[in-house]
Amino acid sequence: MTFLIQQTLIFAVPLMIVALAGVFAERSGIINLALEGIMIFGAFVGVYFIRTVQQSGGFMAAKEANNWLALQGFMLLAMLVAAVLGAVFSLLLSFASVNLKADQTIGGTALNLMAPALVLFLVRILANQNTLQMAEGDAASWFMLRKTTFGLARNAEVGFLFDTFLNRVYLATYICLLLFVVLSVLLYKTRFGLRLRACGENPQAADSLGINVYKMRYAGTTISGALAGMGGFVYALTTANCTANGDVAGYGFLALAVMIFGNWKPLNIAGAAVLFGLCKCIAAAYSSIDINGDGVFMLAELGISAHLYRMLPYIITLLVLAFTSKKSRAPKAEGIPYDKGSR
Amino acid sequence: MKEQWNRLLQKDGAKTVLASLVSILIGLGVGSVVVLLVGLGNPATLGASGAWEGIRLIFGGLFSTGRSAAGQLTWGFNPASIGNMLFRATPLILTGLSVSVAFKTGLFNIGAPGQYLMGTAATLVIALSIPAGSLPKLVIWLLAFLGGMLAGALWGCIPGLVKAFLNINEVLACIMTNWIAANLVTWLFDGSSFCNTVENTKTGYIYKTAYGKVMADGGWTYADGAGVQTAKLGLDKLFPGSQVNGGILIAILLAAGVYVLMTKTTLGYELKACGSNRHAARYAGINDKRNIVLSMAIAGSLSGAAASLYYLAGNTEFFWSTYQSLPAAGFNGIPVALLAANNPIGVIFTGCFMSMLNIIGLQMTNLTAYNEFITDVIISVIVYLSAFSLLIKLWLGGRKKHAEQPQPAQAGPAAQSGGPAAQTLDAASADAAPAPPADAAAAPKGGEDA
Repeated sequence: MTFLIQQTLIFAVPLMIVALAGVFAERSGIINLALEGIMIFGAFVGVYFIRTVQQSGGFMAAKEANNWLALQGFMLLAMLVAAVLGAVFSLLLSFASVNLKADQTIGGTALNLMAPALVLFLVRILANQNTLQMAEGDAASWFMLRKTTFGLARNAEVGFLFDTFLNRVYLATYICLLLFVVLSVLLYKTRFGLRLRACGENPQAADSLGINVYKMRYAGTTISGALAGMGGFVYALTTANCTANGDVAGYGFLALAVMIFGNWKPLNIAGAAVLFGLCKCIAAAYSSIDINGDGVFMLAELGISAHLYRMLPYIITLLVLAFTSKKSRAPKAEGIPYDKGSR
Repeated sequence: MKEQWNRLLQKDGAKTVLASLVSILIGLGVGSVVVLLVGLGNPATLGASGAWEGIRLIFGGLFSTGRSAAGQLTWGFNPASIGNMLFRATPLILTGLSVSVAFKTGLFNIGAPGQYLMGTAATLVIALSIPAGSLPKLVIWLLAFLGGMLAGALWGCIPGLVKAFLNINEVLACIMTNWIAANLVTWLFDGSSFCNTVENTKTGYIYKTAYGKVMADGGWTYADGAGVQTAKLGLDKLFPGSQVNGGILIAILLAAGVYVLMTKTTLGYELKACGSNRHAARYAGINDKRNIVLSMAIAGSLSGAAASLYYLAGNTEFFWSTYQSLPAAGFNGIPVALLAANNPIGVIFTGCFMSMLNIIGLQMTNLTAYNEFITDVIISVIVYLSAFSLLIKLWLGGRKKHAEQPQPAQAGPAAQSGGPAAQTLDAASADAAPAPPADAAAAPKGGEDA
């Protein structure tokens, strides 16, 4: 059970935060199809940052002294760098779709093509292979929280809650959850959030009340880019052992599906992300999941092919969209370039 | 002479071609800048001379013939490169057609990779499961080709159906069907008898279609040369040392067919009418739902044909464990279609251009310390530019407008044909020029307030 919850969280949290990234862009009126590309870029930037700092000798002393505060700070710094550069990368999309009034779907597709190409081009030159790894050690040994991190013995007896939520987990997961809550509040309970949402529903009305639609759309897409870049790095850190290879296995697109499934509302998105995370987790590890701890691997004994489990998130998305499309309510002005002159 | 030139520039088609050429030039330029920056950043392996070699290869890689003994790049006519360019252009032309047909109906077919995979699977299964000799080779080839097209068409129908009847965004439906196809194809081939076990260096690959199913020692096995492959039609004599075959001619024929379908038939007219305005088309008595499904089916069959022709070449192999990645040939149909402005004849040329970039990428990998991914960067820049190609077009035509005032009679049809285009122009110029147009743009807003 502990294993199931931990794995589901690891898969669900990047989805959740990237789906929220999609919400920020779409609520301001920009379709951000580039989430996948920005994630790929963010993952590369974060891993490259960690690798460079390791190579320059920074934080080596902290690692040797097992100074976990410094190490976690280092990880947060990498998340921040990935977020900042993800935001910068997303400016390409905002520039094309706000200033040049380009087709947002094609602009997003361009970014989705650009990110893996650029990342693979650079990775091949930096590392002479198609995967960029950490300079030393692996993600778990550097950044994972353990019993020993909290000063307990390796075999100390701890409760179920401690074992599930504080042992062998990454701090990044909780940072993302916290950010998810804070940003959801920002979107719904602040003046800025209200204005942002207004620009996605009726930009003309928003403009007539003195809100700068262009600025708001830039803000929405930039927040979106920052979150997607960070989500990409968190994905690489927690599921790909802190490596970047120009691929996040379609997570950005899955996040878009989660966003639509969740009807552009944070609470629903959180639920949808957990469901998808569960599917992903089952697909990745169904043969070693022991649900009630009696030593029977039920899912493996069902004899269903792993391929079916892998397909499940996508099939569920299609089916759910088919059943909820009548009720689904996208922001009204999404995808339409704002033109001051039109009515 | 100058007047003729100006009149030519006035034409919409000429502006489109010019806009595409500008996009290509900017794309290659950005690629060169990246090469230069990376070269200067790595003085040990590349340096300025390495960067200069890289830039020359980006622009002329098709005519590179390797390095001389002295280590200098040599140039000349390279039949193998040109033949391979034509061979690789075949699937790109067809996926480009696929995307452009859907675009004309107002749909964004990002599902080409999935349709391509389903076409691959159907073609390989048919070609490899009919015993050699039971049917004439040409019949087996045709069955495999048509099977691939049919599989692609059926897979393309799914996003079309959910778009038409449930109003689900086709982009999302396409992406989901892509990944379902990737898993389905892996599942189909996992542990099947189609996996290559004859050449033990080829784990994870399906037999080439040049292998045929034969009876030996009381069981079915595969023998090299007994299978089917696309006829060379003498093209291998023209371009010795390359993989080229008759597939490129089939692709060109299909492009011509799509051109006739879209411009000369009622069906093509109805498809385009749906793309321009679905509601107006329905009001005029056109069955919009049927046309959406039909358009996606045609698009899917073209992507399936792309896969069929690529794998029926007989010298290409399919890596079956594909559930984590989608074929690039599918995605590259998008830039091919965009660059050709969805013109089926234009797609032939842009498909060749994209495959030329592909060859250039290989030359970069083989001859320099750079790698083939730089060409993907160039392609993505071109796609990015084509997102606002309208603006480039207007910019190309716009300089002329200031020089001579256009006749109102001429401006009329232009404004009609490009309704949204005209709007974009107004808004763009309003942003750029602050004086009178800004007031004009502000006026309707004031009206709304009141």
